[in-house]
Amino acid sequence: MSDLNKLTIAGARDALTKGETTSVELTDACLTAIEAAGALNAFVHKTPEIARDMARAADQRIKAGDAAAMTGIPLGIKDLFCTKGVASQAASNILSGFRPEYESTVTQNLWDAGAVMLGKLNMDEFAMGSSNETSTYGNAVNPWKAANGAALTPGGSSGGSSSAVAADLCLAATGTDTGGSIRQPAAFTGIVGLKPTYGRVSRWGTIAFASSLDQAGPMTKTVRDAAIMLGAMASVDDKDSTSADIPVPDFEAALTGDIRGKQIGIPREYRMDGMPAEIDALWKQGAAMLRDAGAEIVDISLPHTKYALPAYYVIAPAEASSNLARYDGVRYGLRARLGQGDGITDMYEKTRAEGFGPEVQRRVMIGTYVLSAGFYDAYYNRARKVRALIKRDFDQAYAAGVDAILTPATPSAAFPLGSMADADPVEMYLNDVFTVTVNLAGLPGISVPVGQDGQGLPLGLQLIGRPFEEGDLLNIASVVESAAGFVAKPERWW
Amino acid sequence: MSITEDEARKVAHLARIRVEDAALPALARELNGILHFMEQLNEVDVDGVEPMTGVTPMRLKRREDVVTTGEMADKILANAPDAREGFFAVPKVVE
Repeated sequence: MSDLNKLTIAGARDALTKGETTSVELTDACLTAIEAAGALNAFVHKTPEIARDMARAADQRIKAGDAAAMTGIPLGIKDLFCTKGVASQAASNILSGFRPEYESTVTQNLWDAGAVMLGKLNMDEFAMGSSNETSTYGNAVNPWKAANGAALTPGGSSGGSSSAVAADLCLAATGTDTGGSIRQPAAFTGIVGLKPTYGRVSRWGTIAFASSLDQAGPMTKTVRDAAIMLGAMASVDDKDSTSADIPVPDFEAALTGDIRGKQIGIPREYRMDGMPAEIDALWKQGAAMLRDAGAEIVDISLPHTKYALPAYYVIAPAEASSNLARYDGVRYGLRARLGQGDGITDMYEKTRAEGFGPEVQRRVMIGTYVLSAGFYDAYYNRARKVRALIKRDFDQAYAAGVDAILTPATPSAAFPLGSMADADPVEMYLNDVFTVTVNLAGLPGISVPVGQDGQGLPLGLQLIGRPFEEGDLLNIASVVESAAGFVAKPERWW
Repeated sequence: MSITEDEARKVAHLARIRVEDAALPALARELNGILHFMEQLNEVDVDGVEPMTGVTPMRLKRREDVVTTGEMADKILANAPDAREGFFAVPKVVE
């Protein structure tokens, strides 16, 4: 078989089961593709020896008739996941040299299911960014190019993951999503990205950004692959007290393609001023696809949508300032070189100034400010109250009978790397406008590639589901996927 | 509300991030821009709304209060920038 790296998880699984290929062959095809794709800067720590060992073990397992859901499937892992003995530094200089002595629950679950690790993927530093431009490893690059040849962002924060999957360097990748970091990069690169319900996937061993919002999920070539991979990633985990005590169902079995009678909400507040006409047109097409498949399209209102971004940019930095307090130059990672007579406070301050990039410093300081005496009620508590109202908007829509909500995934297609360099930080934050509500409410959301803009760049739609109903959400997404028939691939230039 | 240079210095110190004096005006400006964006939240009527603490209605899990792990000082120190005799080493804390 040729072009093994271009297979989907489901396709590779079938080929492995039939004995048409081996995990070693699949893995070698991916490793070769990775070696030739340095220009994308997607893989930042490559682990070919580990990959080949895992592939050989997977082939043994298949031969023994003991294959699990992901046995033999080569994956890329976002640098945010702790992987034992392999660099895991959240794309931050402050964790340079850090090699965890333990494995994150998500990656352990994947290895238990037989998956193969190809290496670690680029991202925004501590997952803070929407363009993968805050990484200590440098920018990851979108395999799709602008019509004028400009290099584009693969989105962020999971930009290495989206770039690698879109360029067929791996069959799928892990991502994490705090405000849109799986769904926005998926939309920018023409792939599928699923943020599960908060609590579905364990956060243990995933380097924390904002603990009440962070959730890991799959980034894949198809909706079916997302269903397979979510099943392998998810678990009830005693090591994460926010892991929900809800059994993990067979998500793939939910993909019946039958959505007759489902109610799909179209929230009027998501129709933003200045929204590009092609995004609006895509959204209408998506609604028509679902209607044609027998769903009922209803207009709904989520009145507090407008306040989601400001609430998020209080809550997430507040949690980050607390989570990132642990990087102090004492236990792991970087310690700044100290001068004669420097005390421990100098060590903290110099280490954190050298170790954190500008966006991380900015968010830690904003978080520190909104939690400081005198401002806690005015900012942090008010934001948490607004968050309760945002969640109530969704609760009311679902209580009225809505099964899923359809929105655009992003306000634009991928933009050129560097084009936001002089922009206000708030302008970059606007990328999350359609995705951030979902994290605040803890809901599952998926981005599906649906069309292309005038330049030929991919555009995605987002579906938002009921809590812990990822199976139903994936099924509705699969209908959009089939109706859209998005098969475009970037022309290879790297 | 708006942050002065002096307040920006205080925030940086609270966050334990060294910011040189020359960088303070730009930092204050940036923080003010972000805080100004957040002021929109003042338009929302939040009377009688409880601040949200978690998205899933569940009790925080409990477990038996017993030792479940330990005896791994070497692993815990393995990534330390400076470890000596089984301890993390830091610059002098008390004069």
